[in-house]
Amino acid sequence: MYTSISDLLAHAQAQNSGLWKIVLENECRIGNLSEEQVFGMLGERFEVMSASAERALQKSLPTVGGLIEGAASAQRAYADSGGGLLGSFLNMVMARSLSCSEVNASMGKICAFPTAGACGIIPAVLISVAEKRGLSRRAVLEAMLTASGIGAVIVKNATVSGAEGGCQAECGVAAAMAAGAAVQMTGGTNEMSAHAVSFALMNCMGLVCDPIAGLVQVPCAQRNASQSINALLSADLALAGMKSAVPADEVIEAMYKTGRLLPAELKETALGGLAATPSAKRIQKSIFD
Amino acid sequence: MEISIFEVAGPVMIGPSSSHTAGAARLSRVARQIAAGPIKHVSFGLSGSFAKTYKGHGTDRALVAGILGLREDDERLADSFCLAAEEGLSYDFHPIELDGFHENSVEIAMETQLDGLMKVVGSSIGGGAISIRRLNGFNVEFSSAVPTLVIFQLDKKGIICETTRILAENGINIGNMRVSRKGRGEIACCVIEADSDIPPDIAAHMMRIENVLSVRIIHGDSA
Repeated sequence: MYTSISDLLAHAQAQNSGLWKIVLENECRIGNLSEEQVFGMLGERFEVMSASAERALQKSLPTVGGLIEGAASAQRAYADSGGGLLGSFLNMVMARSLSCSEVNASMGKICAFPTAGACGIIPAVLISVAEKRGLSRRAVLEAMLTASGIGAVIVKNATVSGAEGGCQAECGVAAAMAAGAAVQMTGGTNEMSAHAVSFALMNCMGLVCDPIAGLVQVPCAQRNASQSINALLSADLALAGMKSAVPADEVIEAMYKTGRLLPAELKETALGGLAATPSAKRIQKSIFD
Repeated sequence: MEISIFEVAGPVMIGPSSSHTAGAARLSRVARQIAAGPIKHVSFGLSGSFAKTYKGHGTDRALVAGILGLREDDERLADSFCLAAEEGLSYDFHPIELDGFHENSVEIAMETQLDGLMKVVGSSIGGGAISIRRLNGFNVEFSSAVPTLVIFQLDKKGIICETTRILAENGINIGNMRVSRKGRGEIACCVIEADSDIPPDIAAHMMRIENVLSVRIIHGDSA
């Protein structure tokens, strides 16, 4: 039914519907499921996403090496106290994404969306936009459909594996999925969602995966926070009317080819980038020796 | 689009890594079903990236959790060492080299009361997906994403005819089947991937066939 972002746009235009509707119909067909069943399954995942975006806001969680312990609750306190440079809304977005990362690193329950390492971006963006705009739970589930449809296209035509494509393929793709969904939640057009996907991937083209000590903590937590903001600014660029010079499908292909060009040292092996710094090596030694 | 949105929005799992944590739990949960019977001790041989990073990713706790039958989204996974102690399961970890296997591979050697020693080699191939590659020295390849039968039998003519007849009579279609043997007339291993659920009584039924040594039904996503 669709294999690209342009297919999604064409089908949605033909049916005069949102992107989420095309994704929903496809899922019902391939899974032999009713619409209620699909929404039920989405709802289960949303519960897990919500819990993980909330849990570390209250208290810090223990992690191996303790590299990000307390990050989420500190960011939340900062957001509550007036919100510094970015304001309380964006600081709360970052706090929620950090909470998911902290829960993940502490062996808590998360929804890999699209991966475990990038599990904070979509929950933080969707929950925060819904709260800001006063949207229903149903609207969030429809946003999850659009995000997932964008993600399915990227899984099919590129990759969401850090070992294959670097961080751009994990946190970057999560930002692209969240950006397209955030446009929909804010009342933008389907075309604006596609432009937002392009912008989010452009903004992190080539981002490497270089986890310190191989742990899913640093810079993963910071990247979850920064790519959540990337998703929102990409959505705002599109909503303001900016059009991508390169269509989303070509940007996705460029991201994939860029990932293939990256050396293995910069793709989840913890041999390059930040992971290869003297400080990172000291941390690694202190944890595992 | 043939890719389900729930491959993108999921799995729901215990962190931190789909391949090093969720995949590891799935591998040993499948191994547990292949061994059946109470497991007294399990020895995990960790290869490649599993050997280098297992502590940081909780691969060790996930592997023990799977042997206890816990799913990758069970929050008790992080406490699996305590649960194992309560259930009297002992375990050890050691590095091994599994040449020619995926970067994230493990050999799970289980001492059971029924089967003696059962060795399962499998790989976590990304996003929580797994592939079982060796059973007690027999080369196999299955994911456990569909209901799967693992049959050990003597290499005698007519056994495959009997086992497949039982499946056909129960309306179960075979999606994939592979038989390998150590040598002519010796023990053979038959793996059958089915298109639909395999009821438990199928195993009992097949055990009545002469020269069938053991029959296990593997449910990747339940059990």
